[in-house]
Amino acid sequence: MLNRRTIPSAPPGTAFEPRIVAFFCNWCTYLAADLAGTSRMKYAPNVRVIRLMCSGRVDPQFVLKAFAEGADGVLIGGCHPGDCHYQEGNYKALRRFLLLRRMLKQFGIEEDRFRLEWISAAEADRLRTAVNDMVEKVRALGPLDLQILKSIEAETLEEAPVDV
Amino acid sequence: MSDKPKIAFYWCASCGGCDEAIVDLDEALLDVAGATEIVFWPVALDFKRKDVEALPDGSVYAAFINGAVRNSEQEEMAHLLRRKAKVVVAFGSCAQLGGIPGLANLFSRADILSAAYLEPATMDNPDRVLPAVHSRANGQELELPVFQDRVRALDQVVDVDYYIPGCPPMPKIIGAAVAALLGSELPPKGSVLAPNKALCDECPRKDTKPEKLSFTEFKRPHQVLADEKICLLAQGLVCMGPATRAGCEAVCIQGNMPCTGCGGPTSRVRDQGAKMLSALASLVDAKEPEEIERTLATIPDPVGTLYRYSLPASLLQAARPEQTCAA
Repeated sequence: MLNRRTIPSAPPGTAFEPRIVAFFCNWCTYLAADLAGTSRMKYAPNVRVIRLMCSGRVDPQFVLKAFAEGADGVLIGGCHPGDCHYQEGNYKALRRFLLLRRMLKQFGIEEDRFRLEWISAAEADRLRTAVNDMVEKVRALGPLDLQILKSIEAETLEEAPVDV
Repeated sequence: MSDKPKIAFYWCASCGGCDEAIVDLDEALLDVAGATEIVFWPVALDFKRKDVEALPDGSVYAAFINGAVRNSEQEEMAHLLRRKAKVVVAFGSCAQLGGIPGLANLFSRADILSAAYLEPATMDNPDRVLPAVHSRANGQELELPVFQDRVRALDQVVDVDYYIPGCPPMPKIIGAAVAALLGSELPPKGSVLAPNKALCDECPRKDTKPEKLSFTEFKRPHQVLADEKICLLAQGLVCMGPATRAGCEAVCIQGNMPCTGCGGPTSRVRDQGAKMLSALASLVDAKEPEEIERTLATIPDPVGTLYRYSLPASLLQAARPEQTCAA
């Protein structure tokens, strides 16, 4: 049987707060987040940042796992094209991102929930704008509310009207 | 009653190909039948559900269940066989991963019923009648199983001890698996009873796979006459070999058709489609988004291509039903 750990959702009665999982590369975007912190910049606290060595390390499985376990959005941050510490990693990330975004559409996951940004170590301001913008867009979309997080209830199904 | 180990076969949401694969064991089937007592096999033998219910719990040695689980009858049978059997084996891609029927998870229950009973040009259904769990006809009360809201792999319904992959499993794999189960030392619980390496490793065209693949266009089998000697990926065909478990001896490739992934992932991969997506996309020979998109557009149906047999067992399992499914 599958065991699912899910990101705890907000207690009932409170307003929806998007939960965004962010994968930032060690050399650029993570340093931008660091700079934003040391510069005392304020941005939406809805992102959970995971530092990876390179955006090319983002396995599509990480993105799907984040969504499957309760993320409302996933943000990938890497170095600008041409600036990758490992030469090609961000191009690989871009190619995977483009196919994954189209595939997520087939799963009914909107484009605004999955984003790739090039943010250099100096661009703390760009990071703030990207995060704030994404949080607002995901807030407007509402919770992802995947079907897999619900159980199959035969009793309720039996009575469920089929609306066609 | 003999003291040979009792075994049972059952089919859930499946095409019958898995049962056919058992029959395809030919003479080896006689060895299996000789070494065991088959107590249930709807496709071949006349035992009923009540015969299974009458058996003491745990008295069946192994239940081989093929097919995915889509309705309440299949779910009940899976639970019944789980109670009766010491060992439950998910037999074939559908039981292991959800299989081809699992692609229905891209559509809502309402869409499926409509596509089957309302929309077809050949359907004459003016009263828009849909299958209902309870109905009356000629004064009789009729009951149908509940058509559930998504397809599940067997281990999403009951505890599964072993998996036999393939669509359908190859006779050699079945033979080895049965021998392992009847042997003195059982494999560790949860094992997939097939080699744990990628199909490319046993592919006869392995040596023609270039050191570095790159793609400017993905081709589909009907669009090209593939060279019979050269790696299909090197010819631009989407061959699932790198993300698929070996054991079939690359029969499809030997027939000059690319692997479609029925063997499922190896133990090191959680999500077969995501892993293949990663491999294919990263090898696109372009750096500009528009150019990359042009190449990727030659995979018109990513889910159907990359998760052909494994959607219900994937990380996302199903599409959000209220959303559209257009790629």
